[in-house]
Amino acid sequence: MQQTEILSKLTTVFRDVFDEDELTITPETTAKDIAGWDSFAHINLIVATEASFHVKFKTSEIESLRDVGHLAAVLQEKCR
Amino acid sequence: MELRWLPKIDNWKARLREVPAISNRSDQWAQLTHLANARLDFVQTTAIDRLLTTLYSDTRPPPSELTPVRLGVLASSTIQHLLPAIRVGALRRGIWCETYASDYGQYLQEIFDPASGLKAFGPNAVLFALDSHHIAESDARAEVSDQAERSLDLLKSAWGAAAERFHCPILQNTFLPLFPPLLGNNEHRLRSSPHAVVRRLNERLRDAADEFGVHLIAVDETSARDGLPSWYDPGLWHHAKQEISPAAAPVYGDLVARLFAALRGRSYKCLVLDLDNTLWGGVVGDDGVSGIVLGQNSAVGEAYLDFQRYVLRLSRRGIILAVCSKNDENNAWAPFDEHSEMVLKRSDISCFVANWQDKASNLRFIAESLNIGIDSLVFVDDSAFERAQVRGELPMVAVPEIPEDPAFFPSVLQAAGYFEALDLSAEDRERTVQYQKAIQRKELIAGASDMDSYLESLEMKVVSGPFETSTMTRVAQLINKTNQFNLTTRRYTKEDVARFAVHPSFLTMQLQLLDRFGDNGIVCVVIGELKGVRLELDTWLMSCRVLGRQVEESTLNLVAAAAIAMGAKSLIGEFIPTSKNGMVKQFYEKLGFSKEAEDDAGRSTWRFDLENFKPRTTHIMEEHQLIYATN
Repeated sequence: MQQTEILSKLTTVFRDVFDEDELTITPETTAKDIAGWDSFAHINLIVATEASFHVKFKTSEIESLRDVGHLAAVLQEKCR
Repeated sequence: MELRWLPKIDNWKARLREVPAISNRSDQWAQLTHLANARLDFVQTTAIDRLLTTLYSDTRPPPSELTPVRLGVLASSTIQHLLPAIRVGALRRGIWCETYASDYGQYLQEIFDPASGLKAFGPNAVLFALDSHHIAESDARAEVSDQAERSLDLLKSAWGAAAERFHCPILQNTFLPLFPPLLGNNEHRLRSSPHAVVRRLNERLRDAADEFGVHLIAVDETSARDGLPSWYDPGLWHHAKQEISPAAAPVYGDLVARLFAALRGRSYKCLVLDLDNTLWGGVVGDDGVSGIVLGQNSAVGEAYLDFQRYVLRLSRRGIILAVCSKNDENNAWAPFDEHSEMVLKRSDISCFVANWQDKASNLRFIAESLNIGIDSLVFVDDSAFERAQVRGELPMVAVPEIPEDPAFFPSVLQAAGYFEALDLSAEDRERTVQYQKAIQRKELIAGASDMDSYLESLEMKVVSGPFETSTMTRVAQLINKTNQFNLTTRRYTKEDVARFAVHPSFLTMQLQLLDRFGDNGIVCVVIGELKGVRLELDTWLMSCRVLGRQVEESTLNLVAAAAIAMGAKSLIGEFIPTSKNGMVKQFYEKLGFSKEAEDDAGRSTWRFDLENFKPRTTHIMEEHQLIYATN
């Protein structure tokens, strides 16, 4: 799966989780840039991403995925 | 672990976005209820809950129910992610639910501290959502062989204290079997293993819950059916102390909300079945009785038999069965009469409709014939077209999505939890017969030349008396589910009812109606309180099944006699209007009460003088039994 495809699919996940139809994300976006991306929302984001991409994150990965670029890179690795 | 019995709704998100613009508040609430009845994942569940709590932050939604559920949730780990699912589960049933959650680990203080947040919140239901780690795990170095018993004692004292302080129903999760076994297949022989503790605790919990009147949420069983990994994710436990995964939250919320429905007598009552490709394979009109797929000649035929057995068992525990089929009536009956392997018989079906009209009209007819609310029907049909037509016309009817393979009909119907019940009264078991008799009575009325001779021919008798221990369940059931013939629509728990029964200044009366067709069971409930020489009628309700049979007048005779015996000089009636009880607006007037007062909201009070009371003449023999509860 290409980065652009992953980003577009991730955008849908982010919009659903943060309930924000206009939300845009880039590889540079981090938890600081999105209002409401707290630890509670982070778990929701992880679970929603897992469901959407049919993948499972490792326990060690969950905490480190607080920026979109890293998240997309891990997804690309898993969706090979 | 998804809401697989619910349909997916096209453009769900766009429709949700349009909800705030709906100006009529009832329509807005109805649309939210509609959108909650979809196969929502947890992200959608959170989205609809966010809208729900925004729209109704200041004012409650229009009263679909007189009182909202105010649920206090006591937890030992993170449960914040479950609250939206509980509120949306309630919304799915038209119930408004407000929640309060304790800080985790604080649940005992919440119960015992008179200044606690929970006390201030004032719950009318309390849910113990304790986790397995908290309840079953002990120090890995210490051998604790009686951990299950210790935990059970803790639960019992917490339930007892909560019941005493809040006087409301108590709900308790069972425990997820998430610990890895240490011995293996015979794990139960190692009493100190956390896995064995959870298992023993879940077993013992059943008896303890019955003893304390606590209602269980059986997440152990649901997770066993779904697969534990879809409920419990150890990674999320280590990260966020979430024992139930967010992905399972929508199902969890629905399990809790169906108990709310059952507590309010709002569970579904009647299962309406299509025939061709639902109860058997093939089309009886084309294939003939010998050509349909049913029974031993094929695996698919066995699957249909298995579904019929499940349906029959539901009927034996009190669910009314009806048939709604597009067929010629003779063809439709033929398998019931002629196919040797049919499990369901003519006598199991309380109302049978086979014709070529649209199914929504036929469902209306079925509800009318059985004298039950159309919102108590569940309709099972293999045809997606028919399901969509009924959902469009009758949104209050539950129409599950069933898979193509009949082998999975029972598990989907089970998973939907439409018929959730807390307790079975003896009358639940006899219901099919009662409803069939009711239809026979209707046929008799069509044949009788006039009303008086019809009533006379019924040979009716009422037996009245105070509430008894053995009838409390039925009385509480009637109090909680009677909407139409109910003067005040006050809801009481079984515990409240038991209190009234032994209170010296209260009159409690149940009426059982018998006639030539059989026993109708308890059909009428009255609660009154003597204040000075006035007997104030707090509750007066009747089952609509017996409407127009002079039970109303007989009840007045019996209530008046009992009131006079208690020293009352007058009866004071009260009418509180709701969206459903318009039929009794003039009730007291018709019985000869005179109006004392009426306010702007339509609440009225009525007075009936007992000093020169002459009993009304009816066609009912009246018998009053003075059995007083002994406890």
